[in-house]
Amino acid sequence: MFKSEAASWFRIYEMFKFESFHMYGIIGSALAIGIIVVQFIKRFKIKSFYGEKINFNQKEKSFSRYMFGGIIFGLGWALAGACPGPMFTLVGVGYLPIIIVVIASIIGTFIYGLVRDKIPH
Amino acid sequence: MNWIFEPWPWYVAGPMIAFIMFLLLMVGKNFGMSANLRTICAVCGAGNKANFFKFDWKSQKWNLVVVIGAVIGGYVGSHYLTTDMAVAINTDTIADLNVLGFESAGKSYLPDELFETSSLFNVKSILILSIGGLLVGFGARYAGGCTSGHAISGLSDLQLPSFIAVIGFFIGGLTMIHFLFPLIF
Repeated sequence: MFKSEAASWFRIYEMFKFESFHMYGIIGSALAIGIIVVQFIKRFKIKSFYGEKINFNQKEKSFSRYMFGGIIFGLGWALAGACPGPMFTLVGVGYLPIIIVVIASIIGTFIYGLVRDKIPH
Repeated sequence: MNWIFEPWPWYVAGPMIAFIMFLLLMVGKNFGMSANLRTICAVCGAGNKANFFKFDWKSQKWNLVVVIGAVIGGYVGSHYLTTDMAVAINTDTIADLNVLGFESAGKSYLPDELFETSSLFNVKSILILSIGGLLVGFGARYAGGCTSGHAISGLSDLQLPSFIAVIGFFIGGLTMIHFLFPLIF
């Protein structure tokens, strides 16, 4: 994450400006290989290392929660320049202010848990 | 071996991410980072406040290990494998950011204006980072996943909900950068 600069605020900004292929290359190539891997596992019924069936997290059907939640997430992603993976990478790099983002995102998750039954899903 | 100290190109990073997803699938898990935020809430006792946090968080310990791995990776990558922290973004992007007041664009890894230690004493920086974090945490759980859970895991499995979520990510991100940034900075 760090070495590919995917944890860089600047790369996220540049991505939303459509001024570089870099982030699209990372996500796109991960996705292309990911699709092949998942199809391969499903077609050939590949078992896990422990010999168990591999389950895919089937997301429940809905529109509003994914669209509204996605927009809220996107606003934060662009503002803080970090999503939930890279923010931990940046803690390791030693940027102290990123800890504010981590704590705030935990609080954000907690608030979601509190109001979950009151918002459309 | 000099390449290892240079920024890694997308065609190295992307396949590595896919490989992580593959490994997690092969040990019977799913790749998704934001689920950890829920786990951390549960560890802190949020189960007393909302049912959403009443689950067996111990079963999610493996994912917290992934988080620790990300922290260690960030430390090793930056301290031992990098000589120049500057991110060579597009010169047009740098010009835009300079106009917005980000002097550090093209010269550092994160904007000094937000992430220098002195930002901890700057009210505007604290507000921006807190609001950004709140939106990320709330939005990720509302949407049921973040970049790893939806854009990588979900889309790899060709799931429609993940596609909707990723479109949402971009609507939000584009709105923030094109319409709200000029107002904020």
